[in-house]
Amino acid sequence: MLTLKSVAGGYDDKQVIQDMNFSVFPGEFFGILGPNGSGKTTLLKLISGLLPCSDGSIQLDNQDLQQFSTKALARKMAVLPQLTSHAFPYTVRDTVALGRYAHLQGVFQTWTAEDERVVETVMEQTHITGFQHHLLQELSGGEQQRVFLAQALAQEPAVLLLDEPTNHLDLAYQKDLLDLLKRMVREQHLTVVAIFHDVNLASLYGDRLLLMHGGQVKALGRPDGVLTESVVNDVYQTGVKKNPHPSMAKPQMHLIPSDYPSVTKGFRLDASMLDVQPERVTFISPAPLRTFASHGWGSGIGWNRYVVQWFDATCSADIETMGDYLARDGFDPAQTIGMVTAGSIDNTVYYFGENEAASLLTVVTVGQEGTISVWLFINGIMTDEAFMQAMMTAAEAKTQTLRELGVTRTPSIGPYPEDRIVVAALQYGPNLPGAGMTIDLGQLIHDCVCKALWKRMQSNDD
Amino acid sequence: MSTQTSLTNKYVLAYGVTVAFFFLSMLTAVSIGTVSIPLVETVNIIGGQLFHLSIDDHIGAMHTNIIVDIRLPRVLLAGLVGGSLAISGAVFQGLLQNPLADPYILGVSSGASVGAVATLFFNISIPLLGLYTLPVLSIVTALLTMFVVLFFARQADRAMRVETIILTGVIFSSFLGSFISLIIALTDDRLQQIMGWLLGSVSMRGWDYIGIILPFFIIGTLILLMNSKELNALVFGEARAKHLGVDVQKRKIIILVAGSILTGAAVAVSGAIGFVGLVIPHMMRRLWGPDHRHLLPLSIITGAGFLMLTDLVSRTIISPSVLPIGVITALIGAPVFALILMKQRKGMRGGL
Repeated sequence: MLTLKSVAGGYDDKQVIQDMNFSVFPGEFFGILGPNGSGKTTLLKLISGLLPCSDGSIQLDNQDLQQFSTKALARKMAVLPQLTSHAFPYTVRDTVALGRYAHLQGVFQTWTAEDERVVETVMEQTHITGFQHHLLQELSGGEQQRVFLAQALAQEPAVLLLDEPTNHLDLAYQKDLLDLLKRMVREQHLTVVAIFHDVNLASLYGDRLLLMHGGQVKALGRPDGVLTESVVNDVYQTGVKKNPHPSMAKPQMHLIPSDYPSVTKGFRLDASMLDVQPERVTFISPAPLRTFASHGWGSGIGWNRYVVQWFDATCSADIETMGDYLARDGFDPAQTIGMVTAGSIDNTVYYFGENEAASLLTVVTVGQEGTISVWLFINGIMTDEAFMQAMMTAAEAKTQTLRELGVTRTPSIGPYPEDRIVVAALQYGPNLPGAGMTIDLGQLIHDCVCKALWKRMQSNDD
Repeated sequence: MSTQTSLTNKYVLAYGVTVAFFFLSMLTAVSIGTVSIPLVETVNIIGGQLFHLSIDDHIGAMHTNIIVDIRLPRVLLAGLVGGSLAISGAVFQGLLQNPLADPYILGVSSGASVGAVATLFFNISIPLLGLYTLPVLSIVTALLTMFVVLFFARQADRAMRVETIILTGVIFSSFLGSFISLIIALTDDRLQQIMGWLLGSVSMRGWDYIGIILPFFIIGTLILLMNSKELNALVFGEARAKHLGVDVQKRKIIILVAGSILTGAAVAVSGAIGFVGLVIPHMMRRLWGPDHRHLLPLSIITGAGFLMLTDLVSRTIISPSVLPIGVITALIGAPVFALILMKQRKGMRGGL
């Protein structure tokens, strides 16, 4: 166990770290975060014994760091440095073998079978056995970093310290390296203390995180607790939005550039962007919209510029055929929400509604089989919960209107029709924190959906 | 295991080649001269001396005198100086992580030169030392310079980073260099003597000079050879070496002092002979790899052989005149070095 008790330290003329108190437990992946100049690297130098503490003490397994000889410390703790260039042409194997320095015994420091075994093992673990006779200079940055990791592991340390281990590595190498470390933490009970530059990587891999600010602890704990919007914005002096990772219970921080493209300014979403043709309805926005879509191509949460509905009596409306429609009509698949229903001419109505709080365009189409699609294009900044409330409100309004109209839907083709709802917001303009029935926006949505559906159903009766 | 064998084979070859080069150079250097002695006879004479066999005939006796009293000490001195400069060059390059460093970078040679040049200029002769006043004073000033450089480096930077040590060395080098220039400017009758010493020579020294350098050579090389593992780690930087378990502060000083002692002793007995300490370790590293456990011994052997050959060239090329050996090492060394550098840069273009 690594314990820091009221540690202070720094360089001759400057105290960088003050009053550091924390413990790192065996088999823990401990991440250190903080803006530039917050003292991350200085802290790591103190822990690795490169700098002396000016106050307090650092203990490794209940023994003061100063009481270890350099060699004894190297058998307990290894350091993976940031990638640097090297002047001399050492082979990969020689470089890894250097990691055994602290373990060599006796006057002649003989190389034993055990040393050989360890070197072989760590080269296997880091997947560098294949190029063990190559020169360091011949390797890519990612491979070199693995060689130095192997060197550090050859020390057979209990604690491994890393200073921005993924610096200069591309995405796949970052993942490989951190996965490997994570595996060694789990399987071999290695303790890892790593400085991270990237808040999101730290969140993904760290069991606990230490967020530093001005040489002191700002927050310490599980990623969920440490990485809150307010703390991160405060420490890094920036603006981030917190979001959960799509498949892991870890928070992720998203940067919001302050100079956002000005194309979103100076226009609002209205009927002029809608193009109603007999065979398809298209909505084309000048800028990407944040969209929640219940069905079709591009469904789920995303950013899209095009919302398209094709009417095709022969369609089977699955995702694969959708690609053909997109390609045929030249829509960018990455920016399109697309859906297909069987349909007939004049089955689209739209209604533009506005009150003091917000304005929105509602588009309703009804397919031949009775499938109703409701699209809402809202001028304003919506939160995730506002999107969900908008969907609920729209669905409620639709059901209510159908009931009032006395429409009972019996499908003419196939199973019971699945209605579709798309909510799209400009994310510019007034803040719209909610869209429930008790809120202005909710009422507007309700009104618009009802009116559009009335309009559509009445025209049907004609 | 096959890789292990091929590695061992590589070093067997390395030592075979360098040792063969060493003995060939030595025998050639001892045989050839104003009076050329056949190789076989040279071997016989040296063997005879070693095993105390007597040689009766007259020519044999004359040749024995030439070889034992004149050639052999001269050649061996060249060997010791070459070996010292080559190994200290290798360790300075490793320690400073710079393949272009040489043994003179810490200003030790300037210190030795100031001692020697001052001895010549003021015609100093210390009783008891007599003719050996110059090498002894030179060694003393060399060691003094080394300690002063290390002391000032420590004052400037308590961690004594190598950059600080280099800078301090460079400052002292030029400072001491100005004294040498001053003495050269002031002197008139001793100019040739001083220049001759500065350019380096191993002629007319005799066995006593070998006695002067030998203890320093043995102690210095032993210390360095015992630190070859640490040097391997230090090549990756001081912080890295410390993390690998090397007591950097202690080892660094030991290595610097040992290297400086070797350099100082070599300069004291032969003058500041350039290029050996730069080119030989560089060549060895390119040929056999940078592992200091082998690089150091290989550099000693090759450096020794190289300087014996260079000395041979210097005294035979425009015989009976003798060229300064430092001129020859630079004449041979510079083009060789340029060639290595060009090849290396070409090789690197594809990579980094």
